[in-house]
Amino acid sequence: MKGFIGRLFARHVKPELGTPGPRVSGGELPPHLYGAIAEFANADALLHAVHATRKEGYQVVEAYTPYPIEELNDAIGHGPSRVPLLVLLGGIAGGLFGFGLQYWTSVIAYPLNIGGRPYNSWVSFIPITFECTILFAGIAAVLGMLVLNGLPMPYHPVFSVPRFQLASRDRFFLMILARDPRFRAGDTLRFMETLGASHVSDVED
Amino acid sequence: MNETNQSWAPPLADLAVLGRRGLIVGALASAVSAVGLISNPAQFYRSYLVAFALVLGVALGSLAISMLHHMSGGAWGLVIRRILEASSRTLPLIALFAVPLLFGLKYLYPWADPARVAGDAILRHRAVYMNPTFFAIRLGICLLLWTLFAQVLSRLSKRQDDAPAPGLERRMQLVAAPGLALYCLLVSIASVDLLMSLDLHWFSAIYGVYVVGGQALSGLAFTLLVSLFLARRDPMRDVLQPRHVHDHGNLLLAFTMLWAYFALSQFLIIWSGNLPEEIGFFHDRLTGGWGAVSLFLALFHFAVPFVFLLSRDFKRNIGKLAWAAGLLLFMRWVDLFWLVSPAFHPGTLSFHWLDVTTPVALFGLFLAAFARELGTRSLLPVNDPELPVALEVHAHG
Repeated sequence: MKGFIGRLFARHVKPELGTPGPRVSGGELPPHLYGAIAEFANADALLHAVHATRKEGYQVVEAYTPYPIEELNDAIGHGPSRVPLLVLLGGIAGGLFGFGLQYWTSVIAYPLNIGGRPYNSWVSFIPITFECTILFAGIAAVLGMLVLNGLPMPYHPVFSVPRFQLASRDRFFLMILARDPRFRAGDTLRFMETLGASHVSDVED
Repeated sequence: MNETNQSWAPPLADLAVLGRRGLIVGALASAVSAVGLISNPAQFYRSYLVAFALVLGVALGSLAISMLHHMSGGAWGLVIRRILEASSRTLPLIALFAVPLLFGLKYLYPWADPARVAGDAILRHRAVYMNPTFFAIRLGICLLLWTLFAQVLSRLSKRQDDAPAPGLERRMQLVAAPGLALYCLLVSIASVDLLMSLDLHWFSAIYGVYVVGGQALSGLAFTLLVSLFLARRDPMRDVLQPRHVHDHGNLLLAFTMLWAYFALSQFLIIWSGNLPEEIGFFHDRLTGGWGAVSLFLALFHFAVPFVFLLSRDFKRNIGKLAWAAGLLLFMRWVDLFWLVSPAFHPGTLSFHWLDVTTPVALFGLFLAAFARELGTRSLLPVNDPELPVALEVHAHG
């Protein structure tokens, strides 16, 4: 079970600060460097840059956009979301809870003869079972989304980039994290400059 | 997008093959069924009623979904609109299918049998409304109005194809809005006449919408199967995108749940009430072999498709979604069979070979007419202002 939960959250473990020391690609990673970020004027430029970045071999990449872009998730290499699985588990738990609660009260705890109907009147249990299924699935969706996203997160290193506030207005950002095996201080920034970004900068932790 | 009408021309050769197969199978099954009509007329009409209700449901469900799309808009509807319109244009043929029913009323309905009416106070009371003449008039009016709405919408759609004209979309909406409301009312009337009155005294206020929900499901399931047929051929091969299919899958899930909601509401209320004048309907359908059919319906008309349709991957793939559509179309027949047959064989599961040949006959003939209608127009409403956005391909790199 521990292994299962571990795997469930594996990809969403909080991004660690890149460990200082020798890199796969050679060179040293300065401490306090979280990643390199590039700003784009529109979604097409961003998507283009994402494809180029992935092609270059970078894997730990994040993108920030003012509105959802459907194909971005696939382009950036994030696998399918784990939220649906949590929703399913929540729904099953809710259904069992809803039916179990009614069964327990009507059959075991307070059996009442109502018009000669069986104690286990499962037909009339269905609406509440259904409602509990939806309720628990909904709660699982919201909480699962928050937990898997690592929210609430009062501070994130990208906030140290002054222009990043534009990500919620009209700018599109692409960040390569320092913990990417291919990340090299300086080189990665220069690579991002070739992608047609309007601004690039380091992200300090 | 700057496509001409030519590029969305239907695959006429393949449609002709489909239509010819439908015609041959339909004609053969009709001939076999005709033997049944002579040897066992009572059974013939019972089976024929199920078959008629099934095919009527496909055409009317398609009409209703096309009206729904005129009201709501959206890419999902534009890519299947021509399939829906072609189905709804078969309504004149389906009106023709209703004619044999009028000769078999006395085999089907207790109110059509003068001897039973004379001996039953409630039936005598109902005779003003429930009599063969008024039944035929009501059915005729329903079929006429449905056909009228289908034709008006289809003609407006054709005019849009011929030349883009501003305001045509609005006019289609102005027809579709009252059409949708009227459709529901008329189905309610027709379902009481055709199906509910099979039981001597039984009544249920939710019956009409239960049939409406079933028809929507029939129409969409058939449309998705045709959609798969077209998606495997030019020119629609590259048109249908996962995002369209996703919407179709969600709609199929919604209609499946809607049907289950109506079915359960009806069952829950009558089961809880347990009143002698209502419970008979479910008693007939839960005892003997019919209990197994009821369970089969709960599992395969709801539970199994519901679970599969929850999956995003399943809904985004027309090849997979078509399996659900095929299952649901088959279950529509089981549902109608379950509504009709226990009225004649309460407590004993009964199945006759005519129960297979009559639906095959009507469905085959319907398919032939459908294939012909689908071939008469381009497969997309070329001049619809929403079309370019609906066909936009979001592909980068």
